[in-house]
Formats: sequence, structure tokens, C-alpha cells
Amino acid sequence: MLRAATDEVIWCRLFWGVDRHNSDRYFSMSLLEHSACELLQLLEEGKTSSVELAQAYLDAIEARDSQIGSFLRVDAEAAIRRAEQIDRRRGKGEQLGKLAGLPVAVKDVLCDRETKTTCASRMLESFRPPYDSTVVAKLKAADAVLIGRTNMDEFAMGGSTENSAFQVTRNPWDLERTPGGSSGGAAACVAGGMAPLSIGTDTGGSIRQPAGLCGVVGMKPTYGRVSRFGLIAFASSLDQVGPLARSTQDAALLLETIAGHDPQDATSLDVAVPKYSATIKQPLKNLRIGIVREHFAEGLDAEVETAVRDAIKVYESLGATVKEISLPHSKYAVATYYVIAPSEASSNLARYDSVHYGYRTDRAAMLKELEEERKELETAGDQAGLNSLDSPLVRMYRQSRAEGFGPEVKRRIMLGAYTLSAGYYDAYYLKALKVRRLIRQDFDAAFEEVDLIASPVTAQPAFKLGAMADDPLSMYLVDLYTVSANLAGLPGISLPCGFSSGGLPIGLQLQAPPLGEETLLRGAYMFEQATDWCRRRPSLER
Amino acid sequence: MDSPYTTVIGLEVHVQLATNSKLFCGCSTQFGAEPNTQTCPVCIGLPGSLPVMNRLAYELSLKTAVALNCEIPEFTKWDRKQYFYPDLPKGYQISQFDLPMSSGGFLEIHDTKDQFEPKRIRITRAHLEEDAGKSVHDEVAGKADSEIDLNRTGTPLLEIVSEPDMRSSAEARAFLDELKLLLLYIGVSDCNMQEGSLRVDANVNLHLETDEGKIATPIVEIKNMNSFRAVERALDYEAARQYRVWQETGQKIGESPKQTRGWDDAEGITLGQRSKEESSDYRYFPDPDLAPVTASPERVHEVKAGLCELPASLRSRLLSEHGLSLYDADVLVNQGRAVVDYFLEVAKQSGDSKSACNWVTQEILRILKDREISIGDFSVSATHLADLLLAVKEEKLPKSRAKDALELMDAKNIEVAEAIEQLGIEQVDESALMTLCQELLDANPKIVADVQAGKQQAVGALIGQAKKKNPNVDPGQVRKICLELAQKD
Repeated sequence: MLRAATDEVIWCRLFWGVDRHNSDRYFSMSLLEHSACELLQLLEEGKTSSVELAQAYLDAIEARDSQIGSFLRVDAEAAIRRAEQIDRRRGKGEQLGKLAGLPVAVKDVLCDRETKTTCASRMLESFRPPYDSTVVAKLKAADAVLIGRTNMDEFAMGGSTENSAFQVTRNPWDLERTPGGSSGGAAACVAGGMAPLSIGTDTGGSIRQPAGLCGVVGMKPTYGRVSRFGLIAFASSLDQVGPLARSTQDAALLLETIAGHDPQDATSLDVAVPKYSATIKQPLKNLRIGIVREHFAEGLDAEVETAVRDAIKVYESLGATVKEISLPHSKYAVATYYVIAPSEASSNLARYDSVHYGYRTDRAAMLKELEEERKELETAGDQAGLNSLDSPLVRMYRQSRAEGFGPEVKRRIMLGAYTLSAGYYDAYYLKALKVRRLIRQDFDAAFEEVDLIASPVTAQPAFKLGAMADDPLSMYLVDLYTVSANLAGLPGISLPCGFSSGGLPIGLQLQAPPLGEETLLRGAYMFEQATDWCRRRPSLER
Repeated sequence: MDSPYTTVIGLEVHVQLATNSKLFCGCSTQFGAEPNTQTCPVCIGLPGSLPVMNRLAYELSLKTAVALNCEIPEFTKWDRKQYFYPDLPKGYQISQFDLPMSSGGFLEIHDTKDQFEPKRIRITRAHLEEDAGKSVHDEVAGKADSEIDLNRTGTPLLEIVSEPDMRSSAEARAFLDELKLLLLYIGVSDCNMQEGSLRVDANVNLHLETDEGKIATPIVEIKNMNSFRAVERALDYEAARQYRVWQETGQKIGESPKQTRGWDDAEGITLGQRSKEESSDYRYFPDPDLAPVTASPERVHEVKAGLCELPASLRSRLLSEHGLSLYDADVLVNQGRAVVDYFLEVAKQSGDSKSACNWVTQEILRILKDREISIGDFSVSATHLADLLLAVKEEKLPKSRAKDALELMDAKNIEVAEAIEQLGIEQVDESALMTLCQELLDANPKIVADVQAGKQQAVGALIGQAKKKNPNVDPGQVRKICLELAQKD
């Protein structure tokens, strides 16, 4: 299983761009190179310890993350403490969880009672939940070492992680470029060798798109496959938690750890979770791959198109048949998504009213300002203005939300409040629901003919940071290939399938019918085995 | 009645369902706990928390809707009603908008005082929703703090909306009485208004015949009514007020926005609150966190079949099968099923519905009220009361001693035979009674003379004396025998 030591030296050079290491450092560096599955084996065989592993990753974060910015918070002491406990229990021969001793990074949107959960928003900057999300609870029960909380677009709204209220995250392949988003930190930390596994969330592509742009594996499971309990909602009918990893095998392992029915989430599916990691190596026979006519249209980067078409050829060489299919309503997917997601978001984010928790505007300053406004109106004799002057309560709401939310969040709240308002509901929200059903029907029909649908993840490789800062509409179009899976509730995976001439990763997306995760993973594994894109690592400067 | 107008009334009743836990989480719904002690991440709407429906709340609302003769759709969903208020921690209330769990029912009302004919009040809909929290505004001068208690947040409420089918405060009162009775019978709520388990809002306006034809005044919603009596008073006040306003302004429906007025019980007036002109847009939409609820026709049928006998049917059974008056039937049914069952048992075992009714509605209810106990805590069982009735009928117990016997039975927890014995009640045979009467007459020649002179009432004095000598004598008999003997002389 394990690669020879000489390979490791080569990979280390490639990865770190250096070849000067003392022996300890060298070993810990090589630890960073193994897949999660390999690391588990090393831990079980006693060839490394949880503490050693945690330390290696913490060192990597220490060394790298000032450049990348993937983590919002890392609690090294807590991680080491936790790793020590696991080592002790392993020493006593205790039965350990599925991920025993493996470092896992968690997107800062899943509640964990041991740390703050901020959603990269000022609004929740100091929010510490009194409970664990189901996913975090499952990771803890699996004896994972939660090493840190990753950066994201505020409330998961965005495709570049630039909407974080706290910091920019950079793409490990090119520090001038975005890692994608909203799970930008989650993808960048895996790509940058700072975590073997990480948890992201995907509402319109927020796992698959950054995975694609960072050259790692990222998967959005079927809606309801993973519990949303404790996941701070962006758009409830679209949000889904999923794994990011360096390989499909690792993604399978992480998915089977977090998936399953949760009585605390009424939308979670009461269906047994297959052992994905046990079947992943079984190739799919008579595999039928669908390619969508509408996907290869104007706007698709030539290099991306070539990489994806080459990937499809790989499948053909593995015995798959390829069939062109049509998803006629997919052209409405982005429009539909940007009605439904903001509608739900406007409602989900109403709770951040600064009354019970979260950011609140400075009371004294607010009252002073209000008083000044009153005086001004009185002086002007403006009775109408006086009548419509905010009460202190209303002003507290307004001011706190104005200061606590970033511009993209506000934009979506306004969009959603508009599309749900009386008189517009039928024309926007209701119509969007109808189109959503048509999109799902397109997929149902397509999956009568094919087992998996292959497509690009994004039309372009990673774009430059700031490139779309003033163009929210273009940013929305980044989700073109990914939103349909969320609207239809389907599982999708993104895996590396090539590089642009500029050295940026290109992703391949595979989609499967609902609950088709097993097929998806087996199909992705076939490709991964036949190519070596997954093994490439960014060559980062020291 | 010769009123210049017809009052048109529709009611909205919020009923707290008798569940132990809240509608979407496991927190207790018990009233009166320390503020904010019955809360969890779900009901206080912490980020990431998700609602899961309390099945019992749905079942109780289903039972109610079926009892109100509503149609139950096979599919109902949850919607979010959105508005900002500090005691609404999610920024929305989970409610039901366009697909309520029931609609199109009715409730029949009647009036024992005969102020109106029995009638059917249509139920527009009944839907489930979660309650908001409670805001406590501290009015202490200069402080003006508001405090929020979220214990109530998420408590299951059934909102029952009637059509504007009531034409007087008496009809509204009858509707509320009948609804409350129904809810208590089927056990879905404790209907305690003081604790907020039952809340009433009323919509009211007037229809007038004018020279221009029929016109209606603007509809007013009245809130803040804390008792059924308050509802009656508020409606009467509001009808009179609207008539006065109409005379002054001539304003018709649609010419001014719908107004909300609060009832001030101390002053006995309604006060304008906010105008609904800028009526909030609640931006209802289906709650994506909750799955729709389904109720198959089989399930609805099961619920219907499983319902207990409802007050209306019980009342008519007491009338037709037991020959009670509507008034008596009402008194019994209003006491709840346990008292009715007690009555039915006494009637059955004694074979005398009329006496059973008299005894239960007069003696038994008085005792229960005096002692503030329920029928279940009363020591004389229906069987034993029936025995007492039979003893009176068979003349083993003089009517005049029956109450004494009941008191003893109750106090000592004994049966009627033993009570008769302990009271020393014996049958006094005819000859002994004759002897006793003759002795009394002999000792009171003046009375004999009076009787012979035609003053029959003079024997009254002898009855007392006879009872003193033998407490078992029947006063009527003493009177009869004495009169006969005196006239013979």
C-alpha cells in the first residue's frame, strides 16, 4: 500500500519545494503525504501516534497557513490533548472509533460546543453553541482529532471565500487566486497538506467547486443523507454536509462516518448507510456515462473542456459507454437557485436580530443618533418624519443587522424578502419551485439511460482574487454546473482531472441518482486509479 | 329585539393543546416555571437547531377538528409566518397558511335562556401553530425594561377560526361555552384562560338597513379579552360604539382600514391599537425543515370512531331517553362527563331519572361545590345513591330524613341501610301511629276544638310534638290521622 521512501522524498520536494529536512521533520513531513486510510493503518500498526500525527499537521498549519489562510481558528492544545487521550486508549487496547487519531478540519458552520461557530460573520463572531451538531458529534464519537475551524464565505454565501468577514483564503496552487467557496478553507487546507480530511457544506456547489479549484476530492451527498442538525442554515432545502479529502477512498471513509438518519433532523433520510469504503474498489461493470449536451456550450474554458472530454475518454477506455443526454431545464437552474436559496436564507437569517445572542450595535451610540435625528426632525417641523422615526427596538434591529452582516448576505436577504413578499411570491418563489421539480424530472429521466453524469465542475479554473468583487452576477454563474444537484437533491462528486496550462487544477464532476453515493464513489475511484491527477500537490514556496 | 342594527361576529380561538412537550422539541409545556427554564436550542431558535414535529400535538388537533365536523385533507404542510419581535426568537412562527390541517366544520349552539334559536356556527378552519414567548414590559417609571420569557415559545396551539355567523354577544358566549365544553370532553386542552390555554379574539361589525339599502360598518378585531364574560361585554360595548361612530361618520366597510382594538376590562371600553392599513406582509412560505404531514381517510375514520360522545349528543340523549328538561340536561352536561356518568348510573340503578336528576343537580352538585371536590372524590357512589333513592321509594326511608341519611353515608362511608339503622329510622306501624296521635289529641283539647271549628292548620303544632316523641313518624301521615281523629271526636 505505502509508497516507497524514495517516492516520499520526491513528493516532499514537489510539495514543499524544499529538500532540507532533519530526520524527525522528514518523517513528519511524509506523514502529511499519506492518505487518511494509509494513516489509519500506520496508527493501527503503531508506526505513528495520534500525537505525532496531530503535531505534524499543526506544524504544517503553523508553517503554511499564514500564506493560505484556510483556518479561522486552531486550538493546538486541545488537539494534542485529544490525540493523547486517543493514544492512551489505543495503548490500553480499547475499541476505537472509525477515524481514531485522524486530524479532521471542520468548516466554521457546524456547531461544536467546544469552540465558537462564527459562519465567518461578525454577527456570530463570539457565538459559542451550547450543543454539538450531529456531524461534529459523529466525528467525536469516531475519535477524530478536530484540529481547527476553516474559513468560508459568510453564512456560506459565495463562491470564493472572499465574503468571509475575517480573512481571505488563498488557493494553494496560486496564492493570487481564489480557492473557491464557500468551503474555500475546507478545500485549501486539504490541498495545502494541512488536514488529511475536512468537512464542508454544499448549498449550490460549495464543496464541489472549491474541491475542483483546489484539486482535491469533494462530495455533496444526497439531500438528507447527512444530518443537518447543528449545521447553521443558509438554505435549508439545499444545504448538505459532505467530505473533502485527497482521495475518493478517504472521502468514502469520511462520508460513512458522518452519514445516517438523525431523529433530530426531520429531513434526514431513514435509510441504512452502506459501507462505502468496503466497496469502493469494485469497478462498475457496464458503466453508462452520460454527458449533457447543454454543458458544453459557450462560456466553457477550452482547457477545462479538453480535460473533461479526456476524462470521459478514460472512462471509455475502462469499458464504459458514453451517451449524450439532455437536461433541458438546466439552463434555468442558476435562476431558480437564486430565487429559492435567498428566499430560504432571508427567513433563516431572521433569527439574527441581536436580541438573544450575536452581534448587537452599541446602545448608547444608537440612542444618541436616534435622539439627534428626532431633534433634527423637530427643528424642521417634519411631522411625517417624526411619525416614521424608528422606535429604539426597530433601530436596534436595523443597526445591528446592518453592522453584523456583510454585503453579500444583505443582498441575499433582500432578494429573498422580495421574492417571498405578497404579490411576488407566485411569480418568483412558487415558479422557482415548479422549475425545481422540472429540473429533478430531467434528472430522473436521464438516469433511466445512464448511471452517472459527467461534467465540468466549473467553467473556468480558479479565478484571481477580487476578479468578481464588483460583479455578483458573474459570481452567481460560477455555480452553473453544480446548482442542479442541490435543486434536485442528488449526490455529486468533484475530483481532479487535469491542469490548465497555468498549472491550475481542473475538476471533473460526477452526479448520480438519489442515494447513489456508492456508485458515485466506485465510479470516481475507477478514474482516480487510471490517472494520477489526485496525487499532484501544489508546489508551495517556503 | 328591536335593534337598529345586526351585530355580526366571528371568533378566533387559540387553544393550547394538552401535550407534555412542545410542538417541535422535547421541552416541557408546564405553566408557571421560572422564566426561561423550559427552553432548549430548538425552541429558542439557536443557529443550526431544527424542529421535529410532536406527533401527539397533531393527533390532538386531528381529534378536535374531527369533533368540529371539519374536513381533513390527506396532506397538510407547515409554513413560516415571518415578523420581527423580541419574543419570537427565530424571526418566524411555524404555522399553517394555505393548507391547514382542517377546514369547513361547524359547531351547534343553543341557549337555555331562549334568547336565540339553536343554530349552527360554521368553522372556517383549524390549524396548528407554535406559540411565541412572553414579553413582560416593566412599566416602572424611568426604567422601561422589557423582559422576555421563552418558556411558552413553541407550545402547541390550535387556532380555530369561525365564520362570522354569530349575531349577538349571547351567541358568541354560547359558542365559546360549547367549544370549551367540547374541548374538555375530548380531553385536548385544559382550556384554562388564566394560564393562557384558551385565548379569544373577536371580529365584529354591524349590518344596518338604511335608505340606501343594506350597509356594513368597518370590521374591528378585539383583543385582550381575558374571560368569556369579558368577550360578551366587549362585544356589546363595541357594537354600541360602532353604531355611534357610524351615526357620526357614516363610514362603511372598506372606507377605513381594519382596526384592532384592545379590551380594557377595568374601564369597560375598547381602545384603538394599531391600524392594519400597513398590515404586515408575513412572507409565508413552506418551512423547508419540516416534512408535510399526511392523514389517510382510514386514520380520520379511526379518530372519528374513537371519539367519545360529544356534549351535544349527550344532551339530546338526556332529553330523549331520560325525559330531562334542556335546562337540567345542560346543568349535567356542563359539569363534565364524570358527573353525567354518575347521573346515568344513579338513574339506571334507581330506575327513576327524574329523582336521580334532582338529587344530582341539587344535593350532589351543592356538596361538590361547597367542598371544592370533583365527583371522583365524592365518597357516595352512584350505586349507593341509587339505593338511597330506592329506599325512599319503598318508604324504608322517609323523604324528610333522606338528606340526613345522605350526609351520614358520606361522612361515615356507609351504605343506606346502615345509615337508616344508625339514624334509628324504623317503620312506624299504623296502630302505633294511631295511638300516638290519639295521645296527642287527648293532651291538647284546644287544638281539637280549633280543628272542629274549622281551623285545620292548628294540627301543625301536633306534628312537631309527634316528631319529638318518635322521630320516625311521617309528618304527612301524622297530620292526616290527627285531622281524622279530631273530626271524629
